[in-house]
Amino acid sequence: MAAQPSTIIEAKDVDFYYPGGEDADSSALSGINLTVKQGEYLALVGPNGSGKTTFLKLLNALLIPTHGQVLVKGISTEVESTLPEVRRACGMIFQNPDNQLVATTVEEDIAFGLENLALPPEEIRNRVFKTATLLGLEKLLRQPPHLLSGGEKQRVAIAGVLVMEPECILMDEPTAMLDPAGRCDVLNTVRELNRNRNIAVIHVTHFPEEAAGANRVVVLNEGKLAADGAPVEVMTDLQFLHGLGLQGTTAVELAALLRQDSFPLPPQILYNRELVDSLCSLGQKS
Amino acid sequence: MTRSITLGQYIPGQSFIHRLNPRLKILILVLILVLLFLLETFGALLASLATALAMFVLAGIPFSYLMRGLRPIFYIAFFALIIYFFFTSGGVVLLRIGFITVESEGVEQGLFIVARLVALVLFSLLVTLTTTPLSLTHGMGYFLKPLRYVGLPTEEVAMIMAVALRFIPTLMEESQRLMRAQLARGADFETGSIFRKAGNMVPLIVPLFVSAFRRADELAMAMEARGYRIGARRTRMHEDIITFKDWGALALVLVLVALVWVLSL
Repeated sequence: MAAQPSTIIEAKDVDFYYPGGEDADSSALSGINLTVKQGEYLALVGPNGSGKTTFLKLLNALLIPTHGQVLVKGISTEVESTLPEVRRACGMIFQNPDNQLVATTVEEDIAFGLENLALPPEEIRNRVFKTATLLGLEKLLRQPPHLLSGGEKQRVAIAGVLVMEPECILMDEPTAMLDPAGRCDVLNTVRELNRNRNIAVIHVTHFPEEAAGANRVVVLNEGKLAADGAPVEVMTDLQFLHGLGLQGTTAVELAALLRQDSFPLPPQILYNRELVDSLCSLGQKS
Repeated sequence: MTRSITLGQYIPGQSFIHRLNPRLKILILVLILVLLFLLETFGALLASLATALAMFVLAGIPFSYLMRGLRPIFYIAFFALIIYFFFTSGGVVLLRIGFITVESEGVEQGLFIVARLVALVLFSLLVTLTTTPLSLTHGMGYFLKPLRYVGLPTEEVAMIMAVALRFIPTLMEESQRLMRAQLARGADFETGSIFRKAGNMVPLIVPLFVSAFRRADELAMAMEARGYRIGARRTRMHEDIITFKDWGALALVLVLVALVWVLSL
């Protein structure tokens, strides 16, 4: 029996208005329907102010939809009594690594979520150590967060979420404030968790390369779903992306320029590897 | 530069004094402070000073920290000595300069007060040097607990103090960055009268406050996202276990206090 991947997150006809703007024009999100299944890696892209961050906060019950419903593992985020379970199942990583670490040492920060669940200390210590070892943080356990690099801080934040054994990790531009090494570090960590532990990831990003690395891309524009599909469909449609003020990956952009100079490149080039391969085969033909 | 910021004065170590339960450590300190006020002879005071020094050695604290800790009371001690030497009368006249005399009673009392002061500071220092600021905070939070019955949210206050401790280095880093940014724009923090200097700090303070509030907002969001709820029951990763050794230490000090008290009656 082939196990059908179960649904982790379901957004049904979600509208959201920030307090103060109740008329229909000022909705931050409107009419969002989205289902995220176990183990999916979903990139959420869109121009500034398109509602990406707002949507993410809805999934973690930091915000509650004005109309419609968000279900996490079938539990509505509106119900107060099940909030701890929703927040355990859907962990969130924020953009600024400094402003999300709470405790004075790495180990206590990783433990923060478990302490909030009021687990026995013995179990907390075991799980913190296991998670830290998994993410290669075991040597930093006693360090205060301000002595860590940006990438390390973000990995600690991931550990703090992972230790709760979530079904889904929500990430709001987690690499935007990191240097290239830190960015690589964080992305590899998350991809590994996604592949090996089947944890769903929703990754808000401005980097086309990061979106291209996902297995599904959702585009938001002015609070509405503008596109939803595989990277190779969404991220190669330059006309659509440029219309929203977004960019394709370097390979997509370069391939488009080359096509304008009438080089016959295939239409669905997304990654550098594919571009190089098709350029090589072009070179062999001529 | 910011790497050198130490929170409080904690010096890591594995000694018996380091491992003493922070709650009992605070309690024992209070008892010792009481004890120091009960002592009435030089011999007893000198013995307690020697005990303090021995504990510094046991805790493996470098001598320089001890001196640094005593520096703030240097002036107090100095003026106390002067006042006692010159203005307390009684006993044998030791020195006469014009109409001012130094008499033996004054010297004795002055030295006694200073010795007591040094002992007080040394024992307090021992606690702050061997306990992490976080443990100290939790320890003190424990003694605040009864205030919960008059409506003070003690758990939350402890959390506030812990978060404040966490953000001190971050905000110091930020203030240094802001200072450099303003210096690069021609700001002047060094010259002028005290009022001018204070006025010149405004371009530093305002952005620091703005960013601190933004941080607070984001941190509150992050804490909520990780399941923190005000009033909800929490546990702690590191339990606050009081061992037999801790009780032993407390009992020892209690016996000592009782003994001194009985003897002084």
